[in-house]
Amino acid sequence: MSVELDVFVGNTTIMDEEVYQLWLDGYTVNDAVKVRMEGGVLEECEASADVLLSDTMDQYRTFQMCERLLHSPAKLANQLLFQIPPHRQVVLIERYYTFDDAFVREVLGKKLSKGTKKDLDDVSAKTNVTLKSCRRQFDNFKRVFKVVEELKGPLVENIRQHFLLSDKLARDYAAIVFFANNRFETGKRKLQYLTFQDFAFCAGQLINNWTVGAVDNMVEDMDVDLDKEFLQELKELKILITDKDLLDQHKSLVCTALRGKTKAFNEMEANFKVRIKSHGHHILHVLAHLLAHGHFIEPCRSDRWTTADMRLYLTHYTNSAHILDTFKHQVVWDRYMGVVKSCIFKMYHD
Amino acid sequence: MPGKLKAKIVAGRHLPVMDRASDLTDAFVEVKFGNTTFKTDVCPKSLNPQWNSEWFKFEVDDEDLQDEPLQITVLDHDTYSANDAIGKVYIDIDPLLCSEAASVISGWFPIYDTIHGIRGEINVLVKVELFNDLNRFRQSSCGVKFFCTTSIPRCYHVATVHGFVEELVVNEDPEYQWIDRIRTPRASNEARQRLISLMSGELQRKIGLKVLEMGGNAVVGYLQCFDLEGESGLVVRAIGTACTLDKLSSGSVSNTNTNTHVALPSSSPPPFTPSKPCSRQSSSSDTDLSLTPKTGMGSGGSAGKEAGPLKMLLRQQTQTALEQREFPFFTLTSFPAGFLVHAGGVVSARSVKLLDRIHNPDEPETRDAWWEEIRQEIKSHAKALGCHAVVGYSESTSICEEVCILSASGTAAILNPRYMREGCLDFGNTDHSCGFCHIPYDELNMPFPAQLTLCQHCRQQKVPDVLFTTIDLPPEAAVTGKGCFVQARLCRLKKKAQGEVNATAISNLLPFMEYELHTQLMNKLKLHSMNALFGLHIQISVGENMLLGLASATGVYLTALPAPGGIQIAGKAPIDLSNEHHIFTIQKRINDTIAKNKELYQINPPELTEEVIGSPIPEPRQRSRLFRSHSESSDELSELDLSHGKKDAFVLELDDTDALEDIHSLLTDAPPPNGFFSCNTEIMPGIYKWTSAVQMFTSVRVFRLSNVNLTNQGLNKIFTDLCEDLLKSFYFKLRSLIPCCLCHLNFTVAVPEEELIQVAVTAVAMSYDKEQTHEKPVDKLIIRGNSETEEQLQFPMELCADSSSVNMQTSKFSGSIPASIDYGSFADRCTTWLELLRLKAHTIRRGSVKTSRTTHSLGRSRSLRSNCSFGGSTVTVVKMTPLSFLPGTRIIKYLGIINMFFIRETTSLREEGGVSGFLHSFIAEVFAMVRAHVAALGGNAVVSYSMKECVLMENPNKNQAQCLINVSGDAVICVLDTDQEVTPTPTTVTQTCGIGAEGTA
Repeated sequence: MSVELDVFVGNTTIMDEEVYQLWLDGYTVNDAVKVRMEGGVLEECEASADVLLSDTMDQYRTFQMCERLLHSPAKLANQLLFQIPPHRQVVLIERYYTFDDAFVREVLGKKLSKGTKKDLDDVSAKTNVTLKSCRRQFDNFKRVFKVVEELKGPLVENIRQHFLLSDKLARDYAAIVFFANNRFETGKRKLQYLTFQDFAFCAGQLINNWTVGAVDNMVEDMDVDLDKEFLQELKELKILITDKDLLDQHKSLVCTALRGKTKAFNEMEANFKVRIKSHGHHILHVLAHLLAHGHFIEPCRSDRWTTADMRLYLTHYTNSAHILDTFKHQVVWDRYMGVVKSCIFKMYHD
Repeated sequence: MPGKLKAKIVAGRHLPVMDRASDLTDAFVEVKFGNTTFKTDVCPKSLNPQWNSEWFKFEVDDEDLQDEPLQITVLDHDTYSANDAIGKVYIDIDPLLCSEAASVISGWFPIYDTIHGIRGEINVLVKVELFNDLNRFRQSSCGVKFFCTTSIPRCYHVATVHGFVEELVVNEDPEYQWIDRIRTPRASNEARQRLISLMSGELQRKIGLKVLEMGGNAVVGYLQCFDLEGESGLVVRAIGTACTLDKLSSGSVSNTNTNTHVALPSSSPPPFTPSKPCSRQSSSSDTDLSLTPKTGMGSGGSAGKEAGPLKMLLRQQTQTALEQREFPFFTLTSFPAGFLVHAGGVVSARSVKLLDRIHNPDEPETRDAWWEEIRQEIKSHAKALGCHAVVGYSESTSICEEVCILSASGTAAILNPRYMREGCLDFGNTDHSCGFCHIPYDELNMPFPAQLTLCQHCRQQKVPDVLFTTIDLPPEAAVTGKGCFVQARLCRLKKKAQGEVNATAISNLLPFMEYELHTQLMNKLKLHSMNALFGLHIQISVGENMLLGLASATGVYLTALPAPGGIQIAGKAPIDLSNEHHIFTIQKRINDTIAKNKELYQINPPELTEEVIGSPIPEPRQRSRLFRSHSESSDELSELDLSHGKKDAFVLELDDTDALEDIHSLLTDAPPPNGFFSCNTEIMPGIYKWTSAVQMFTSVRVFRLSNVNLTNQGLNKIFTDLCEDLLKSFYFKLRSLIPCCLCHLNFTVAVPEEELIQVAVTAVAMSYDKEQTHEKPVDKLIIRGNSETEEQLQFPMELCADSSSVNMQTSKFSGSIPASIDYGSFADRCTTWLELLRLKAHTIRRGSVKTSRTTHSLGRSRSLRSNCSFGGSTVTVVKMTPLSFLPGTRIIKYLGIINMFFIRETTSLREEGGVSGFLHSFIAEVFAMVRAHVAALGGNAVVSYSMKECVLMENPNKNQAQCLINVSGDAVICVLDTDQEVTPTPTTVTQTCGIGAEGTA
């Protein structure tokens, strides 16, 4: 004796947010029922386990039917199959596209390819996020990536308009797309302590200041490709290291400004040259190193600089360059250091 | 050429990919009406094509306009092979034929395919131009309005109720024609959908003609059904009540006073006072106002007998009006004030027929004769009850192979002739809050044994001890406490057989089933301490090896009827000690349940509340008063009290194990959880102030009985559990609406195959204000008595489960202190529980947004442009409800009837998520199509919605399933009650001037 068929359909689609989350998290129906039972919903409503199972099945089916629409959220608003109040639609979409921080840290900067998708079971095992949920999140990244790839205009805005996401979530996706496009590796051991939000912040800085879109906002890929002209110009900054006079001048200016203001000054002075020289590498390396931060942040951390020390140092380092008479690349310098400064501030934590 | 139909295809969206190579579609549209077809251009390579076609014009007879649907087919153009169909839209243009309904159909329709379901949407515009036709012998009936609603539609005023109209048409079922062997399932399904659409159009037209003949202009309570008779054919039949309706000019008054109508003689009826305070004086003063001779109305003890002549007179008057009619039946379930004089009780008739092939579809005589027979039987039953009319009338069938059970039921009644014919004398009745309960039959010559007592309300006429009806609770009726959903369920095994033998076996079983269902209902009613049933619907469904019986109704305590006695258990077996003990415990459980239910439904008969006014006494004291009030009753009440004594002897005999099982099954029905009530009628007595939160739903369950050796008892238990589990799962799913009432719970059962039981339910959940204020003075008294315990009363189950012994004590002793402490603590617990719920909900909500801080980008203004594109949603919200109204709103326009029939089939059942997945998406699709049609008519709601048919056939081994669904309802425009300004959409009636519907016949 068994229930062969059991459905419940409301004119207004009934969705329980708790069950939705369980579904998104990749729980099977039976596991979801267990979680709900532990949550005590039964006692509250005088219901039995059968009722809960039936309810969970109904909701899972509804979500599965909705999933197709969630892949292109704009359709959700003008489809006819499900009558869902607008505020519910917002929640459905936002939650569907919300991702786990643990998961995104694993995938950030990797190519969103089939190969990566195949490795998701490893990611799942490592992050404790179910494989089903991993796949959904990965597919979301890929879907957003594909859609915005072909669009003109600002990246964040495009994501928000096409996927009807909140500003915050749209920015996060912009960061994911940016990293995936530029393949900035974030999996290195030394970067392990950085959170996704740290990277997202840096991506935001780079998008806003260093991409093509920072100068011209009507070209394709304006927010994912770095401004090549700017990168060329950055080479000019090498003069700060290659020119001996300039380097000495700059060094003494910084030292004068810092003297007596911080305990860490001595170590700072010792390392100063190294630090400045590290900027002299090929400009793309600088970028990579900035993110890898092996050459700058790591030594500072080992020298136990405080956040305040770091701020002080970078501020004076930037400002001193302005005083140098022979240094003519003030505009590029500002565009460069503005981002470097804020990124380092963000990343300089435990 | 009496009509011109114009259609324009505007655009499509979300079309499916038909060309795998390009991932696109080359779509075009065929528009077909009758035998004329037009085509749009092909819109190449687009999933969102813009056709913007010219106006396609069809010049047709209005007869065809009524019968035929407009058929729109979307296809994918293919240069080399045949064009692939994407899907179809059938548009019923009937609403455009009535000047008072919709004037244009315009909107997005889901493109539907019977194999793939909804595949994108299409935007269509349809208009009709009608020309005047004065031909008396015309076959069309344009302009007759149809309503599914079984009461007078809210923005109309009824001038005359003409009476019963019925019609049926038969045809061969395309599914069973020889051609079906060679055509595709899609073609077969479409042929069937189209045929049924045609047949229901024809049926509606024929009924319309009858209405015009009678001089009416509308059909109210229109009930259309399909009988899928398989090999022997397809029957579409309909019944309804013909009326003459006048549109209310302002649309502001919903309950009209009939005095104003021209057709009435000058003698104006007495002003109605819908609810009287429950005291004898006021009710007798009411009679003084009426035109009736005062004889028999005096407050003597012999009131009941002297009322005889009045009844006779009344009967004679009405008879003239009703006897002209073949069947004085009315499909209405609620009536204009004063229409219903007395309700006698439920009348029903069933007959078992063997289906044979319908040889000549144009002469559907056999089926007509069958129904004629049944209706005659109903009529004679009503006569036996001393009634000349049947209200709340409905008909249904159940078919299994070649056997068909035809059923009809209704409520025998005496009606006020005023509404039937002009020129009849008006008989203002005594008091409408109890008048309908008074017996219509002769006291000395009763049709069945019944306990008669004096009406508890007016003390002048006799009333029965219980009253069963198929109608809705009259709004003016005086009711004590709240109502509740009562259901009797029954399974009976039968031997598999063929032909006559089978039919005989079934008809032999039927009376026993009816009897048992009736007994169950009666017991459950007593268990709820109630004395009347409304909206009673008994369904008997036949399968190959069993019969299912399901009776649903709403129980109430009518103030006018005597209080029901308890249930007493008596053992017949030789008394041994254990048995006696057993009986004692059962008796105790029954008594407990009755006490609990009294509390839950706030049943405190008004006599005692009169005593309690002013000083709210805690609940248990009230109950103790109850007993005393009986013992110290006055002389006037002596007769009544005697009968009370007699009635307490409602004895259940425990003579065998079966009886024991029956009693146990009585007690297994769990009351709804806290914060829930349920009913199957339009009005839930005792609940006021609905909020506008409405959730209509359909739920279907199929249960497989794999155990071969089943007994009747075992089956009963399974069936009962199935129904109970369904209810429980509704309560759980709808818990966010608490406090909430499930209204119009409509169960239908079927035995689709051997060993399968299917239960389908459609209902609406409506939440109400927690602070209940009552309009009725009678109720106010009750509420004043226990308003402080209101909170506690919501949670009686918990109380009783925890401390049934305490409960017993409090009812015995009047010492209320311990009990009240208990109540308090429960209240506390409940509130904290609610707090907890709220808290939980809150944390969930917070957890969903994982933001901790927002990083604003510096210096770029472009990011500040925010868009919230949800505001621009193009989809109109369409509310649906099986009730005739939506709480908090006012219907300002009826746009026409919605009557849709869909077939869905799949050959990839597993891939669609099994039968559940298949049916789930189909039901969702049906809802979507109903909503789309209503929105295209310019409406925003469907009232009186019902799912008439849901036939599911599955073959999981072949990975196949097929389902047929038929739904109907009234499309309406409603506005919020708070909007004072009535804004009827600018009526562009000029084009569609129907042929004078009022006066032609």
